[in-house]
Amino acid sequence: MPAVQETVERVKRIDVDQYRYGFETLIDSEKAPKGLSEEIVKFISQKKNEPAWMLQWRLEAYRRWLTMTEPTWARVNYPKIDFQDIHYYAAPKPKKTVTSLDEIDPEILKTYEKLGIPLREVAMLEGIEPKVGEDDPARRKIAVDAVFDSVSVATTFKAELKKAGVIFMPISEAIREHPELVQKYLGSVVPTSDNFYATLNSAVFSDGSFVYVPPGVRCPMELSTYFRINERNTGQFERTLIIADKGSYVSYLEGCTAPQRDENQLHAAVVELVALDDAEIKYSTVQNWYPGNSEGKGGIYNFVTKRGDCRGANSKISWTQVETGSAITWKYPSCILRGDNSRGEFYSIAISNGFQQVDSGTKMIHLGKNTSSRIISKGIAAGKSQNTYRGLVTAHRKATGARNFTACDSLLIGDKCGAHTVPYIEAKNSSATFEHEATTSKISEDVLFYCIQRGLSQEEAVGLVVNGFVKDVLQQLPMEFAVEAQKLISISLEGSVG
Amino acid sequence: MNVAVAKTGKGRAVSDLFASAEGRLPGSPDVIAVRREAFESYERLGLPHRRIEEWKYTDLRALVGEVLPLAATPDAAALKRAADAVKAHAVDGASKLVLVDGVFAAELSDVKALAAEAGFKTLPEVLDKDAGLLKTTSTDAVIALNAALATDGVVLSIADGAQLSAPIQIIHIATAASASAFTRSQVAVGKGARVTIVETFVAAEAGAYQVNDAVIVSVGDNADVAHIRLMDDAPDAVNVTSQFVTIGANVKFNFFNMTTGAAVSRLQGFIMLAGEGSELSVNGVNLLKKTEHGDTTLVVDHAVPNCVSRETFRAVIDDRAHSVFQGRIIVRPDAQKTDGKMMTRALLLSDEAEADNKPELEIFADDVSCGHGATAGALDDSLLFYLKARGLPEKQAQALLIQAFVGEAIEQIADDTLREHVIGIAERWLERRS
Repeated sequence: MPAVQETVERVKRIDVDQYRYGFETLIDSEKAPKGLSEEIVKFISQKKNEPAWMLQWRLEAYRRWLTMTEPTWARVNYPKIDFQDIHYYAAPKPKKTVTSLDEIDPEILKTYEKLGIPLREVAMLEGIEPKVGEDDPARRKIAVDAVFDSVSVATTFKAELKKAGVIFMPISEAIREHPELVQKYLGSVVPTSDNFYATLNSAVFSDGSFVYVPPGVRCPMELSTYFRINERNTGQFERTLIIADKGSYVSYLEGCTAPQRDENQLHAAVVELVALDDAEIKYSTVQNWYPGNSEGKGGIYNFVTKRGDCRGANSKISWTQVETGSAITWKYPSCILRGDNSRGEFYSIAISNGFQQVDSGTKMIHLGKNTSSRIISKGIAAGKSQNTYRGLVTAHRKATGARNFTACDSLLIGDKCGAHTVPYIEAKNSSATFEHEATTSKISEDVLFYCIQRGLSQEEAVGLVVNGFVKDVLQQLPMEFAVEAQKLISISLEGSVG
Repeated sequence: MNVAVAKTGKGRAVSDLFASAEGRLPGSPDVIAVRREAFESYERLGLPHRRIEEWKYTDLRALVGEVLPLAATPDAAALKRAADAVKAHAVDGASKLVLVDGVFAAELSDVKALAAEAGFKTLPEVLDKDAGLLKTTSTDAVIALNAALATDGVVLSIADGAQLSAPIQIIHIATAASASAFTRSQVAVGKGARVTIVETFVAAEAGAYQVNDAVIVSVGDNADVAHIRLMDDAPDAVNVTSQFVTIGANVKFNFFNMTTGAAVSRLQGFIMLAGEGSELSVNGVNLLKKTEHGDTTLVVDHAVPNCVSRETFRAVIDDRAHSVFQGRIIVRPDAQKTDGKMMTRALLLSDEAEADNKPELEIFADDVSCGHGATAGALDDSLLFYLKARGLPEKQAQALLIQAFVGEAIEQIADDTLREHVIGIAERWLERRS
């Protein structure tokens, strides 16, 4: 069945030439010279005022990177990247040491305003509580860490978070202020030798967010990082590390945009999540990097390694992603289910238009007993794009009672694009129960039957089940991101293929 | 993936093997040139290993390690043993073509009848005129090795409109130990023809042998073909078979494979729907125990619009066995109105058993309906309990449930006699288990 007209129009509205965040901020910046060498690694480390152990860590990664080759297994095509033709560090030139919001370059503030990022709330950073009646109940508080090219320019609500014991700061600061935590956890989920891009990131990462939630604390507000690439010829290599200590909870979200440029820019981030006993981390992404123009020129190469480690018993990590941007996406947010009874979730909507190439999915690695995971993926390909779901579900020999449910649907709009599904399902013990579905009609016959019995058509029932499910998760996103996401999920499932 | 192939001592042994086998290989100097080219491409690639995506789960370097020397031409004693095996494994009423250790055995085959009915010739007879049969576009190393070393095989050309009521059974029998057999066969089915082909792989008191078989099938418009493959090799054998099928318009093609033996086996099928309005049904069962490794890899390529494909695959895995299913459905940009479904299920009977499933979809057309499903799990405890509560012993209750489980794939075989024959093999496997 072909896609219905309504769906076609909705996808067209977010086509590549409709990109709304393509403006550029003119601002003085300080850049490292092009190219990559030990000197550059040292330069970045020095800029960040890092202790010696951190520099050593970076150099080891750099030396390792020199011996590695780029992965070629993903279903993406692009000209070879010249890693010596990139600035590995770019930062807005600071006027002076920034201590409050007013001292941040107004151009940067304006940029975030234009992007709709709630930096106005930064006022509250200074402890000025909103007057009674001024507080909009629909608008929840969100602490934002704004990363502009290679540096974090502002982090809001620090004081209030501190009161709760939550540490939320740029990772460059955390390396200086909480070296014991960083040393203990950095690279423990994604080791420096993990893969080509993760190793590169380990050598040259400049900033990113660091979160530590102490035992038993429920983080009082959403934490968020907004990534913006502004400078030309630069790569952004951010590193995020989130640790949820025993019995804690945190919800974190990230957004990303970049100006419209003819060249391709590299974004190679690493995100590490650690959940200890009974902890829960919810990580949401709205990825909207510049996807290139309608001829396929320009756009961001988004080569990202994201992995969560359910290290403790009864822990839970949930990934939610809405992917609409980037010329090329190469991204597999994964969960290592190490603790007994731990749970991993992955919800994804990936929409590709123009000449975009998406190769994304997840890995659920069941190691502990009675671990469970759920994967819901929706891929929509339009224009001349290629959209691939690639996922791995594996149960180790000792992971007795492991359970997985996977449903991945894809939808094609037009005959110039492609949608692909590449799941790997590995069961290594008999008590593992895996279910993988890629047809909409097969999503829980019981539930469908229930709906149909109450007068819904098959199509409505399927829409209700899947949309309702995904919506449930997306509604947890803060308003700023939810608008975009809601628009995307309202896309009809009609005519979808496996 | 660019992985440098390290030349091991074993690799060199294969080079010697080709040099020593060259004199025995049928074909004109032109054919030998094609073979040498194929062998050179094998030498560049070496045995497939896990870094090659298509062989991710079946690492022949680790599982097999080396290619054994070609088996000698069977002597009278071997043929005698083979004759007994033919009797034991023949399908009732079928016309037989027998290959013993990779050499066609005319005295065990129904040559006259099949020459008249199905245009039967042996591979050497065909190669004398044409090297085309050895050429493929594949870049797979085991297929290249097959082209280089194929000693014999059967070639069938079934005339347009021919209606063959009796199945044609091709029986591969191994009688030698520590030797390999390379065979390549072709089946060309004419327009509107109807035929059933059964391939059986068995051993006659042989151990640790290797089979590398290739079958090239082409099906003319409006034909109706059933193709059944029964792989029941000796417990320490290796069997790697590659099948290429090209299907014309309005064809009914029903393929079934069952693996019940061999230490390491792989069936790789490449099926292309090249004519509109055809219906393809591909089904398979893996029954594995001990440390057996069974791999079924199927690529169904919808190159034209309006075709239907159905794949049903079941694996039952006991002890420390390892079952692999890799299925890929490709829908080309023009192949609108394609209806493709694939369902694979694995039943793990032991905590050390392993099932790897990789059901892929590669879709380039927007008006299609494609889907796949995959499950893995143990026998349902409540069903087992139900049967045991009614007095069945554990093993028998399990056997009943396993039979029902694989039955979903076996019942796709339309012919009653053949279906019973296949059920018989499955039952014997279950008996051996208990």
